[in-house]
Amino acid sequence: MDKVISELEQKARMLRVNIVKMVGIGQKGHLGGSCSLAEIVAALYFYKMNYDPKNPHWEDRDRLLLSKGHAALVQYAALAEIGYFSKEEIGRVKCLGAMLQGHPDMQTTPGIEANTGSLGQGLSIACGMAAGLRLDHRKSKVYCIVGDGELAEGQIWEAAMTAAYYKLDNLIAILDQNGLMATGPIVERYDTNPLVEKWQAFGWHVMEIDGHNLQQIIKALDQADTISGQPKMIIAHTVKGKGVSFAEHNATFHNNDLTREQFERACADLAFRENL
Amino acid sequence: MNMQNPRQVYGETLVELGRENQNIVVLEADLSKSTMTCLFEKEFPDRFFEMGIGEANMTSFAGGLSLTGKIAFTNSFAVFAAGRAYDQIRQGISIPKLNVKIVGSSAGLSDFGDGATHQSVEDLAIMRAIPNMTVLVPVDGIETRKMTRKIVDYPGPVYMRLNRHDLPDLFPVEEEWAVGKAYLIRDGKDVVVFANGIMVSKAIGAAEKLAKEGISVRVVNVSSLKPIHESEIIKYASDVKGIVTAEEHSLIGGLASVITYILRGNPVPIMTIGIADQFGQSAHSYAELLEAYGLTEVNIINSILKLVGRI
Repeated sequence: MDKVISELEQKARMLRVNIVKMVGIGQKGHLGGSCSLAEIVAALYFYKMNYDPKNPHWEDRDRLLLSKGHAALVQYAALAEIGYFSKEEIGRVKCLGAMLQGHPDMQTTPGIEANTGSLGQGLSIACGMAAGLRLDHRKSKVYCIVGDGELAEGQIWEAAMTAAYYKLDNLIAILDQNGLMATGPIVERYDTNPLVEKWQAFGWHVMEIDGHNLQQIIKALDQADTISGQPKMIIAHTVKGKGVSFAEHNATFHNNDLTREQFERACADLAFRENL
Repeated sequence: MNMQNPRQVYGETLVELGRENQNIVVLEADLSKSTMTCLFEKEFPDRFFEMGIGEANMTSFAGGLSLTGKIAFTNSFAVFAAGRAYDQIRQGISIPKLNVKIVGSSAGLSDFGDGATHQSVEDLAIMRAIPNMTVLVPVDGIETRKMTRKIVDYPGPVYMRLNRHDLPDLFPVEEEWAVGKAYLIRDGKDVVVFANGIMVSKAIGAAEKLAKEGISVRVVNVSSLKPIHESEIIKYASDVKGIVTAEEHSLIGGLASVITYILRGNPVPIMTIGIADQFGQSAHSYAELLEAYGLTEVNIINSILKLVGRI
């Protein structure tokens, strides 16, 4: 198990490297909310989920949707590592006509499951997918990552009721509780707490973990498979900007550009040498 | 003339489709006894999703179902189907061209008693403005059935607007229905009326009365607002002295906008009948409300008489 964990840690580091490369120098990019998800997304793609990059539409695959679509970079990073598309695409993110759009686009990017980015909608889409897969008696699971700032969207709670009412136990939501909305701390600006009690009251099985502790992440993901008859919520406490020293706990890097110095510092933090 | 209720026909057609195609799923926001999706619920409870009074979630959920290969029909009153779920339709469904059929029931002023909150004067304008969206307005029960069946095999998002009330059968039974086509309901040579929904029957009434006055009126049912075969509209408008548009919708963004845009530069005079940038209101009958907003046979007659220089 230690080997699995250390390999996943390396994957998470590579995801962050890819994220920093995609943000690059002088262009805005959603660094903070992408980096907070590196371990979770690494665990999903490199430990938990079933999929086939050669056949992105394989019907029995597990699905991952980012309801917080602005964190697309972390998913692009994983998809590139897996080989859904050439790593060269990483250098073209958000260029005119690029495969990798500012928010997830299933039409342009292999491995992207839905168009998200208008916050609050992804969980509803994930519910519909879970219901559709169940109609077809498929074993596939749907993973959906929501943000804590996103919880202000009322539609999240509509979806929460729907998932519980329809007992969508093939749906696993992961809450990236990094504590920062775009303009500052959630507890100071628009507090969406208490979260455990809310999700439990809405009929979900709730787990709470450190979202950077891979042992805890994979344990929760495995445990989720054992719970039937209700949807599962993994509340993951994370650090926005995790792994990039100056971006940690810093709302400024929700969507911001990096100077050359910051870029170099980020690469150094991630023990990565980029030829500039 | 035989009358049919488009909602009833729609509900029955969904059941037919449900029998033929296991991938048909129906979603509802607590209006199933009005939209008549209750018929589908009764026969296919596993493929019917009661979503409660939550149109936004219903619409995104339908997108999710479509991503597993289902053909999802969402249902609500038109004002909510197009209004409350606008962003869900735009972002999650229309951008990726998902196979979701959005059915706006009790459209226009047809929910006469409930007033401005429940009457849709701008649903077609909203839906037309969204790229990748197909926008349809059936004229009667016959076309409702043909349309509902056809859009199942037509990939991508579709918005279909249904009237609450019984409407006279006008659509040719043997005619095949196709997206984008305009249908000649009555031919004539002096003036053409482009209409859709309930206003087609008003135009036919006007044409019959004016025939006795020696004025020949062509009536074209423009049931596909988008896409639309522009060449057909130009052809129908090419040999007449005047053009009228008639719709149960705001003059902004609906049929008047479509026709005047297609015929831009055309020297033939055009008169437009529709709702003049205002909301609806309650009334004791549909007819009373249509009259208050000028959506009448008399108004079409007067417009035609002006165009031919008779008044």
